[in-house]
Amino acid sequence: MNTKVNLAGVELKNPVMTASGTFGSGMEYAEFVDLNKLGAVVTKGVANVPWEGNPTPRIAETYGGMLNAVGLQNPGVDTLIERDLPFLAKFDTKVIVNVCGHSADEYIEVAERLSDEEVDLLEINISCPNVRQGGIAFGQDPAAVEEITREIKRHAKQPVIMKLSPNVTDITEIAKAAEAGGADALSLINTLTGMKIDIHRRDFVLANKTGGLSGPAIKPIAVRMVYQTAKAVHIPIIGMGGIRNADDAVEFLLAGATAVAVGTANFRDPMATEKIAAGIEDYLAKYNFDDVNSLIGLVK
Amino acid sequence: MSAKRMETVEVISQEEIASGIFSMWARTEKIAALAKAGQFVSVFCADGTRLLPRPISLCEIEGETGRIRLVYRIAGAGTEEFASLKAGDQAQMMGPLGNGFSPRPGRALLIGGGIGIPPMVGLGRELKRYNVPVVSVCGYRDERFLTRELRENGELYIATEDGSSGTKGTVLDAIRERQISGDVIYACGPTPMLRALKEYAAKINVPCYLSLEERMACGIGACLGCVCKSHETDEHSKVRNKRVCADGPVFLATEVEF
Repeated sequence: MNTKVNLAGVELKNPVMTASGTFGSGMEYAEFVDLNKLGAVVTKGVANVPWEGNPTPRIAETYGGMLNAVGLQNPGVDTLIERDLPFLAKFDTKVIVNVCGHSADEYIEVAERLSDEEVDLLEINISCPNVRQGGIAFGQDPAAVEEITREIKRHAKQPVIMKLSPNVTDITEIAKAAEAGGADALSLINTLTGMKIDIHRRDFVLANKTGGLSGPAIKPIAVRMVYQTAKAVHIPIIGMGGIRNADDAVEFLLAGATAVAVGTANFRDPMATEKIAAGIEDYLAKYNFDDVNSLIGLVK
Repeated sequence: MSAKRMETVEVISQEEIASGIFSMWARTEKIAALAKAGQFVSVFCADGTRLLPRPISLCEIEGETGRIRLVYRIAGAGTEEFASLKAGDQAQMMGPLGNGFSPRPGRALLIGGGIGIPPMVGLGRELKRYNVPVVSVCGYRDERFLTRELRENGELYIATEDGSSGTKGTVLDAIRERQISGDVIYACGPTPMLRALKEYAAKINVPCYLSLEERMACGIGACLGCVCKSHETDEHSKVRNKRVCADGPVFLATEVEF
């Protein structure tokens, strides 16, 4: 049985990876998960310098989901290089670094700092709903997406994945713009902007007022967007949004994703990623598929 | 990094010890043996629509028998679900999480407010084992709970908001009225109480350890959901933020700003 998939020239042992921001750099979860069993670890977004993120509360639970407004707190690329990448290098898994920035220059600075490091792919976060400057501001305008993708591609040594926001009228327009700019792959979806109000205190639950909605509540939207985008572009897609088990992961593959990322499910079950990788194999065996690639985009 | 585990634990007993305050004893495989006072467990809901585990402090820890006691307030649907668990039922828990209190020499002044009182029971017991004299000061709205357990650890002073028992007012009112003193302060409770204690401890120049609370997601230091502001740049985060779940929940009052 083959579980390997090819993501922009990088071979993953299976299509399961972690979703950026939910898994740190893997160090905390390595107590629960054998990172060797994952196709790739995607690190929490990292910028050229440390970011403090948003005030607290940053987290709110919602029905079947959760809101976060962490605001991309991160220790900066130097710490990632000194502390996190050597840790990840000990495992037989691919390393994808998620990159955030306030401007094209900041994204490029991080990409250049990583060019000689043991990093397999870069994932560019142009879709964080929780930072005012940069983040989603880049991700909602097709012309801006094409431009920034082209700029980053000019400087990045590793293949570039653009992570797209669902907070747009037509995600295929953004996807096509990223492809035109030279993106090697796409990640979708980032969180949906949401809000929760505490009716007892009559105030916002999150200090940031709004946050990104993730978890099972958003899965049907994510599957639909992966399906539409897979039909619109020729580059591979990493599907994510509410995946909590292997059945959910298979749904994304059938919709056209080449790989999947597991995020919020890690909070509910720290072993989720490893279980999903094993569960996909069970699915293949159950329905007599000998190659996971046969599932990709099978549902037309 | 301390050892932590995901376990299916068995509920031994469940009891409402005050209005909306429940006490659950559970049998763990290893969590109790690994735990120390001031640490917490993440308790998972069986209802899958409630994704996030609830962080609940350890009230009592019996390493030898593998038993832990959680005393918690019903704050929503998740804790309501836990309160419905009966003896023999199972629950998913991850723990022990966070860094607990580090016992220091000298007369210990343990201060608990409301649902911050439970960890003071376990801490008092741990300090007693080190032969540290313990005085507890607990603040309640009105109804008292855990007073028998707290008295087993040493003297207990009470403050109630409505004056129904002990000093009418806050724990600080009780400390002033009864002239209670200690060499080290350990506290857990609502933020206004912790702020007042931080100020008080600085004024009388006594080391003060505070257990903070924040909304959490992962509970193990990965998601950066539950940070507090730190006085200095934190070694891990490289900014002035510390993770309440992994770097705390217990902090030296002078190292955090809240």
